Amino acid sequence: MVTCLGDVFYPEVGEKIVRLLRGLGVTVEFPAGQTCCGLPLFNSGYHADAAAVARRTIALFHDAEQVVVPSGSCAWMVKHEYPGLMTDPADRTAAERLAGRTYELSQFLVRRLGRRRFRSAVGGRLTYHDSCHLLRGLHESESPRALLRDLAGSEFIELPGSDECCGFGGSFAVRLPEVSTAILDKKLASVEATGADAVVACDAGCLMQMRGGLSRRGSRVRALHLAEVLAPEETPR
Amino acid sequence: MSESEPATPFRERAGQALRDSFLQEALTIATTKFIGLRREAFDEFPEGEALRDRAREIKEATLQRLDHYLDLLIDNVERRGGHVHYATTPEEARRIVLDIARRTGARTAVKSKSMATEEIHLNDALEAAGVTPIETDLGEYIIQLAHERPSHIIAPAIHKTKGQVAELFARELKRETVADPEVLTRIAREELREKFLQADLGISGANFGVADTGTIVLVTNEGNGRMVTSLPRVHVAVMGVEKVIPSMTDLAVFLAILAKSATGQKLSVYTSLVDGPRRGGELEGPEEFHLVLLDNGRIRQIAGPLREALSCLRCGACLNVCPVYRQIGGHAYGYTYPGPIGILLTAMLNGTESVKDLAHASSLCGACLEACPVRIDIPRMLIELRRDVSERRIAPWSERVVFGALGRLLQHPALYRVAARLARLVQRPFVRGDVIRRVPLVFGDWTRTRDLPPIAARTFQERWAELERARRR
Repeated sequence: MVTCLGDVFYPEVGEKIVRLLRGLGVTVEFPAGQTCCGLPLFNSGYHADAAAVARRTIALFHDAEQVVVPSGSCAWMVKHEYPGLMTDPADRTAAERLAGRTYELSQFLVRRLGRRRFRSAVGGRLTYHDSCHLLRGLHESESPRALLRDLAGSEFIELPGSDECCGFGGSFAVRLPEVSTAILDKKLASVEATGADAVVACDAGCLMQMRGGLSRRGSRVRALHLAEVLAPEETPR
Repeated sequence: MSESEPATPFRERAGQALRDSFLQEALTIATTKFIGLRREAFDEFPEGEALRDRAREIKEATLQRLDHYLDLLIDNVERRGGHVHYATTPEEARRIVLDIARRTGARTAVKSKSMATEEIHLNDALEAAGVTPIETDLGEYIIQLAHERPSHIIAPAIHKTKGQVAELFARELKRETVADPEVLTRIAREELREKFLQADLGISGANFGVADTGTIVLVTNEGNGRMVTSLPRVHVAVMGVEKVIPSMTDLAVFLAILAKSATGQKLSVYTSLVDGPRRGGELEGPEEFHLVLLDNGRIRQIAGPLREALSCLRCGACLNVCPVYRQIGGHAYGYTYPGPIGILLTAMLNGTESVKDLAHASSLCGACLEACPVRIDIPRMLIELRRDVSERRIAPWSERVVFGALGRLLQHPALYRVAARLARLVQRPFVRGDVIRRVPLVFGDWTRTRDLPPIAARTFQERWAELERARRR
C-alpha cells in the first residue's frame, strides 16, 4: 500500500521500499486503483465516506499475503479502525483479516522478516522521531530504533522528547496552523539541538510537516523516511 | 443555562495565547515539570499499571449502578446528620447554595479549590447575593485577585509567572513583595488566616463521595481544605454525581494513582475525610453539613457517547502532556474545563454545538490517553464529537464541501488520478525549486509557515509499470 501522501508527494520513498523488499527476496506487488486509507475522512468525522474508502481498500488487498504500509498512521487506520467501520459481518471479517496481515514498514522488516542489519544509504548522524500513531496507536518504538542503531555507516542519536507530537495531525495542521507550527518549532528545535544530520520518521504526515518546517527555516537538517536511509542490499552477517 | 460562548473565535484566542510570552514561559516550565514528576512517580511504582486498570473497572461498575450508589451515599450522609440536595442544572445548584447562605445569615464564604463550583459560576452568584466568596487555595486566590478564571484543572494559576504574581500582590494587597514563591505564599497565608476565622460558610468540592460510609473526600496540598470544612459554622460540598465510589477499599485504589498522575506526589499532603457535621462530644467541625449533588448533563451521558469521560478524576495529567494545551494554555479553550478532557466535559455540559471548533483542537496524538490514570480514550471521543459535528451539518459549509469532494475523490481512482494531474498543472506557477513556498486557498495557511512538497512529476502509481519492467529484466 503506497498511501496518498506517499503516492503524490514522495513516490521515491515507495520506489525505495520496493527495491529494499525485493533485495530481501520479497515478492512485491502493487494492486492498481489505490487512493488513500481514509484516515483524513475518519479523523474529521466523515465516517460514512471513510467506511466506503475502507471497503474499497479491503477489496483491493483481498489477495495479498501481507500488506506493507510506509506510514504508521495509515497502518493504524487499517489495523485499528477498519473492522469497527464495517457494519456488515462479512465485511468485518474481511477487515479483520486485512488488519491481521498489515504491517508498518519497520515492523515488517524487524518483526516479520527478522532483518535489522542494513547499510546506511545516507551516512552521517541520524535521530528518530516517534510518529504518534506508530508509537501510541501500534505501540511500536523498538523496531525503527533497532534498525537505526544497527545501521552500518550512520550514527544513531536519541531525540529528547522523541515521543512528542510534531504538530501535523492531518487537517489539524491547516485548521489551526499557528498552533501546529508552534508545536513543530519545538520539535525542530530539539532535532537541531541533537546535532543530527537528519531526523528519520516512519510516517509521511510527520515528514511533510517536519520537511516543510526545516526547509522554510533553511535548516541543514533533513527529514527522511526510514526507507530512504536503509540501503537496498543487506549487509552480509 | 449553559456556559456562554466566548466572544472571539477559537483560532483567534489560540493565536493570542501563542503571542503571550509570559504565558509561554509559565506553561513550558510548569507542564514540563509535571510531566517529569508524573513519569518518575509511576516509574517507581510498578503496581501502578494494574491499579489504573482496577480504578477504571471500579468507575465502570459504579456507573452501571449509579442510582444505587447515590442512594446509598445520600442515606449515609443523612444518617450522620448531613443534608443532601440534588441539582439538575447549574441554576438549581446556585439556588441551593444561596438559600443555605441566606438562611444561615452568611456574609463571607471561604472556598477550597473546586472545579464543580467553577462550572456553575458560583462566585458570581454569591457576590450578587451579597456574600463575599474568598478562594483559599493559593492558585485560586491568585486568580481571584486578578479577576480571572482557572486555566488548569489542578493548577489554576499555571499561566502566571512568579513575577506576575508578585506584581499582582503588590497592586491588590498593597504589600511589599519579591518574586519568590515562599515569600508570596507567606503573604497569602497571612491574608487568608483572618478570613478563615471570620467566615460563616465553607464551600468545597469533592474528589470522591464514599457511598457505604457517607464520607466526602478532599485531596489537597495546602491544608486550606481542612480549614474550609471545619472552621465555619456551615460547610457545603458541591459534588458531581459521577464522583461517588462504593467503598473505602475503592478509595485506596484511587488515592494510589491520583496524586501521582496530577503532581507526581505519592499522596497529596492532605487527604481529608469529611464525615458530616460536628456530633455531640466532638470539639471540631461545622454545625451544619450540606452535600449538593450536581447533574448538569452528566446523567444523560451514562448512556451517551461521552460516557467514558464520567470516569475522569480531574487530575489534569492530560492537560500537561497535550501539545495543544502546552502551547495555548487553558483560557484559550474558553470554557471552565480546558485541555483534551475539557473539550469532552464542555460538550457534556453545553452540547456538541459548543465544541464544533474545539473538537478539532487536537492533533489526536494520543498522549492524553496514555497519561490518563483511568485510561479514558479521549482521542476516540474527540473523533466521535467531530462525527457528530459533521453528521449534524454544523461544520462550516466550506469544510463540508472540501470533505465531500475528498470523499468522492478517494472512492474513485480515476477521479483521484485526474485530480493529481490537474493539481500538477495548477501548482506550476507556485513551485520554486523542489518546494512550494506560497499557495492560496486551503493550503495558504500551511505555506504561511511551512513549505509544501509539490505533486511529484510522476506519482508512484505512474512509476509502477517501470518498476515492474526493471524486475523482469
